[in-house]
Amino acid sequence: MYGALWRILPGPVWLRIVILLVALAVLLFVLSTWVFPFVDGVLTPSQPVTVNP
Amino acid sequence: MFDESVFDESVFDESASNEAGSDEPGSGGPAAAGAESAKPAKGGSVVRSVIGIAGELLITAGVLVFLFLGWQLWIQGIALNSAQTSEASGLSQSWSASTVGPTAPAPSAAATAAGSAPATTPVGAGSAPVVMTAPAETSQFAVLYVPRFGADYKRTISQGVDAKTVLNAGGAGHYEQSQMPGDMGNFAIAAHRDGWGSPFIKINELQVGDPIYVETQDGWYTYRFRDLEYVSPDGVDVLSAVPQAPDAAPTDRLITLTSCNPLYIASERIIAYGVLESFTPRSDGAPAEIAGLTGKGA
Repeated sequence: MYGALWRILPGPVWLRIVILLVALAVLLFVLSTWVFPFVDGVLTPSQPVTVNP
Repeated sequence: MFDESVFDESVFDESASNEAGSDEPGSGGPAAAGAESAKPAKGGSVVRSVIGIAGELLITAGVLVFLFLGWQLWIQGIALNSAQTSEASGLSQSWSASTVGPTAPAPSAAATAAGSAPATTPVGAGSAPVVMTAPAETSQFAVLYVPRFGADYKRTISQGVDAKTVLNAGGAGHYEQSQMPGDMGNFAIAAHRDGWGSPFIKINELQVGDPIYVETQDGWYTYRFRDLEYVSPDGVDVLSAVPQAPDAAPTDRLITLTSCNPLYIASERIIAYGVLESFTPRSDGAPAEIAGLTGKGA
């Protein structure tokens, strides 16, 4: 999977590394801005800090 | 791009021959094995590449889970805490602004009040502090200051303890069945211990006599920390007007902080009690210790 990704990328090694780093930064931004908050809302435990009957 | 012609051939040759093993240390094993065995046996290579891809997917999923945990404990907390600080400051400022009268702005008034005899109301028999009526659900009606939790610690207190609408915003929530600040009985609030800004992460570090300030539109209630208690998650009697004595008539004005315990496990609840010491009307300015915090930005 990652091997295929490396093969698909164009250009010399340094350019591929740059592309991958940029893609990684975009991925982390998308995850922390939209994906993780959504998952957090779905996974929220019912009442984790309160006392309930 | 400019010197493609020089580097292209050699780089491509090299990367084509060993790319699978060289680029991904964590996942190179299965992929490299799959690439090397691609020539001799075709059936085996398909199986191997499928296993390799599955392995890479599993590793990726694992990394994502750890990223989520790190985000939940740190990144989200940073965002929530800065939002909480500005919301708490905004509340405090709006209350001060809406108080019209001959009094000076809060900080300077507090300085004079600290120097001279403060006009606070010591809470004893006969003197009752102002008690506000219960606000609408999820509305922010108070600001919590606990110097032991941090020199610039302030969090909003909202009505209700629903996780999604109140507690996950990083502030504290008020148990609606308990009393309001300053009232005879028990002002009980809850907040997260770990995650969602971790507002009560240091609740176990409170020391007897530590001040716990609650600011409302009417002024500041100064509570003093009294003791800790550990109960099971169904120990609702800590919320009673007299904690652990649901049928008793209240004679004290208490604050009760509830959070989860142990840290990161939450199989129990940690309870911190405080006793009301004094009430400071808004016209007298904030108590000296938090005078620099109220109404100011982060």
